[in-house]
Amino acid sequence: MTDTVPRTVGTRELNRLVVRFAGDSGDGMQLTGDRFTSASALFGNDLATLPEFPAEIRAPQGTLAGVSAFQVQVSDHNITTPGDAPSVLVAMNPAALRKELAHLEMGGTVIVNQDAFVERNLVKAGYDSDPLEDGSLDNYTLFKVPMTTITKEVCKDLGVKPRDAERSKNFFALGLLSWLYSRPAQPTLDWISAKFKRQQLIADANTAAFKAGMAFGDTAELFDFTYEVKPAALAPGTYTNVNGNTALSWGLVAASQQAKVPLFLGSYPITPASDILHELSQRKNFGVRTLQAEDEIAAVCAALGASFGGHLGITTTSGPGIALKGETIGLAVSLELPLLVINIQRGGPSTGLPTKTESADLMQAMYGRHGESPVPIVAAYSPSQCFFAAIEAARIALKYRTPVILLSDGYLANGSEPWLLPDVSTLPDLTVEFATGPNHTQDDGTEVFWPYLRDPETKARPWAVPGTPGLTHRIGGIEKEDGTGNINYEADNHGYMVKLREERVAHIANDIPPTMLDGDTDDADLLVLGWGSTWGAITSAVMRARAEGRKVAHAHVTHLNPLPRDLGDIVRRFPKVLVPEMNLGQFCRIIRAEFLVDAQSVCKVEGIPFTAAELHSHINGVLDD
Amino acid sequence: MTDVPTTTKADWTSDQEVRWCPGCGDYSILTAVQMLMPELNVRREDTVFVSGIGCAARFPYYMNTYGMHGIHGRAPALATGLAMARPELHVWVVGGDGDMLSIGGNHLLHALRRNVNLNILLFNNQIYGLTKGQYSPTSEIGKVTKSTPAGSIDEPFNPVSVAIGAEASFVARTHDMDRQHMMDMFRRAHDFPGASFVEVFQNCNVFNDGAFGAITKKDKRASMLIPLEHGQPIRFGENDEKGVVINPQGSAEVVNVADVGESALLVHDETRQDPSLAFALSRLSAGPFEPTPIGVYRAVERSEYAGEASKQLALAQEQSGPGDLEALLHSRPTWEVS
Repeated sequence: MTDTVPRTVGTRELNRLVVRFAGDSGDGMQLTGDRFTSASALFGNDLATLPEFPAEIRAPQGTLAGVSAFQVQVSDHNITTPGDAPSVLVAMNPAALRKELAHLEMGGTVIVNQDAFVERNLVKAGYDSDPLEDGSLDNYTLFKVPMTTITKEVCKDLGVKPRDAERSKNFFALGLLSWLYSRPAQPTLDWISAKFKRQQLIADANTAAFKAGMAFGDTAELFDFTYEVKPAALAPGTYTNVNGNTALSWGLVAASQQAKVPLFLGSYPITPASDILHELSQRKNFGVRTLQAEDEIAAVCAALGASFGGHLGITTTSGPGIALKGETIGLAVSLELPLLVINIQRGGPSTGLPTKTESADLMQAMYGRHGESPVPIVAAYSPSQCFFAAIEAARIALKYRTPVILLSDGYLANGSEPWLLPDVSTLPDLTVEFATGPNHTQDDGTEVFWPYLRDPETKARPWAVPGTPGLTHRIGGIEKEDGTGNINYEADNHGYMVKLREERVAHIANDIPPTMLDGDTDDADLLVLGWGSTWGAITSAVMRARAEGRKVAHAHVTHLNPLPRDLGDIVRRFPKVLVPEMNLGQFCRIIRAEFLVDAQSVCKVEGIPFTAAELHSHINGVLDD
Repeated sequence: MTDVPTTTKADWTSDQEVRWCPGCGDYSILTAVQMLMPELNVRREDTVFVSGIGCAARFPYYMNTYGMHGIHGRAPALATGLAMARPELHVWVVGGDGDMLSIGGNHLLHALRRNVNLNILLFNNQIYGLTKGQYSPTSEIGKVTKSTPAGSIDEPFNPVSVAIGAEASFVARTHDMDRQHMMDMFRRAHDFPGASFVEVFQNCNVFNDGAFGAITKKDKRASMLIPLEHGQPIRFGENDEKGVVINPQGSAEVVNVADVGESALLVHDETRQDPSLAFALSRLSAGPFEPTPIGVYRAVERSEYAGEASKQLALAQEQSGPGDLEALLHSRPTWEVS
């Protein structure tokens, strides 16, 4: 290529761009997407990502089951979703093309690794004929690029083994896309040299492949234009690109710092929650203790034991793990100790779809324990907001001495977006007061400690940690008498304690923010009511409907138990209520039961989030009904 | 530790009424623990009893210390979190054979393997008491109970063998008829820096009365209990006429000392790194009807889990300084929008 005369290529400006990278599980597509995203973030675009990968680490090579994809939307304006349909598909093999083509917008751009389109791979992907030649892609703009050949060629003299050289072809694709969409090269080059500083040959190969990709775009005369997406006019400040699991982990660290209570994480690895364990296990200098427990039950028990010892006990898991932890969460309800239970939801039931998103554990969070066992529930709604959701969940747990369930999901966990970093001095003060002395005087004048004597305002019992002189006491899961905490099996007492525990949680409604309400808040014909990760798609869909002149409002609930005090008025204020959910209508059922309104459910349980277009169409459908 | 106030048994006794069946072996174990505590030179407030579910698991309510009565089988896991959070505490775990070897077997194995600084007392009565008389994972084959009318067909666990197999550092066995021996074993468990496992043969006089009578009755002890004493040849019998040897197949075997000579006897070494001799001793008796070793089988110090975790925290703070939240949030590439 080097002898080709440089040519002049025009540049066109785009407001937004949706790219989908797809290839075999071993092709490094998640990495490629992540690097494209990072470069775009540093360039100043707004963005949102949707990684999608199979549950198998290495599914059979070249098959549809093994396809791993990463979608990113970058824009010059504020966006809330990874885009409905990609305008560009990068397909590293026939299986990726076959599986992902349906996502692509009509007329979109297809860039394929031509070298992978050989008979064997075509058969594996189920193609009868070569789609690159048979005219089936005529409705798209197709670019056939021999990525493997060129990558091997440029690595030839580096001393890299041919197999390692071939593995660098994803960096060729990244280089080509970086050139085509005017992404800055330096962040990627810097990242390569940092990441592979101990594997110089691999660093050299990746660098060469990346540069070859850029050069190919510039010289191959395939492309008439490059494109540019200008930086977005975001609020001023310092940004970083963050995914939900990282933001959530940092929120937990922040909560521990703000409370001046050490963080203890008991966890058992499970997709898609494990990255929180990985992240927190690196935060030892914040006093964070992590235990990779023998099972889900041990993980939550150890966290509860640590809470008894005066730490902020946390356990992280996904739905199957919550099912196992249920009895211990019930114990925490009875012990009235702080405990944070974090559920990064995935498709169920059973093993279900480990790597795909779903938000179908709301009823499990509400009722997934025996007996009357109320637990406050907080739900995160965007990747970066996981940071604040974690702090809020910890605040409630610490202040009200209760287990709290924090719901996130696979989409938030792995999806990323730019985050305007908060000023840490503005974070809430979560300082905890531990019990230090007796709190009750007996009839004979003796000063004693009663473990279940409550704060009149918060109804929380004292947190008296072992090691404190004069406060020795016993707690347990057997029904107890209020005040003394002594075992009490009396019928009246049990009735009293059940209601007290219910009221304790209901009472927290006095201390949570009002419902987030946007759009035509006064005169909407329709309220779209959401919770959790549907926030981005609902926000975009409502904006589109309103741009057409529709009167629509959007309420988003972050506290699912207890519900905000203003929610009843909100859902009754509008003629119609539509509740989109990544389940079969669990929150809608709660809304109907709580407020006697004829809320309608719109559901999606396909392992992928709603698109804005889908919700927009539902909104119009309900309004036209 | 000279400033620890002097206490008596009464100081360690809570105001709660003890609700075990009259005649239960748990009473004598409770007394042994309450009598030992004043001798340990520890503060009540630094002592925590953690339990699961079962008759034995009521134990924390009767100790005037901090205590947690948890859920079935999970006491070792609850205690692991507590001991990691607060390594300076003295954490005791109390449970029965169902609690710790059946529903909570996994947690016991991992607490022992990790060597968390816990004193784990397993009250083995070979029966389910609180649920009124079903067979347990230590019941003998053929046990007829409400749930096994035709006799149980389950091979029982030998708790000492299980503990040694789970990489336990400290393993001992005692019985509820000998307060002084219990106190000695519990003291050793307390003194040992790591997970200490003590099996206590405990009589359930309601559902499994006399299960250990053949070896623990006063007139049987000399001939049926084999005291393990570190550095001593293993001998027992009314006149010390019996002894233990390791036979050519590698198994422990009871012999007449007169037949083999004293020099042939196995000299007990509780500090031996290799656990195979301790394991062989645990297999000497197939149940409480044969001569059975009691005492400390194994006491081999190794790294304690909570202490190792704390060391990693201290090292991280030494290397990176105390955590700085602002720096953490800026630890990845950032950009400015003005």
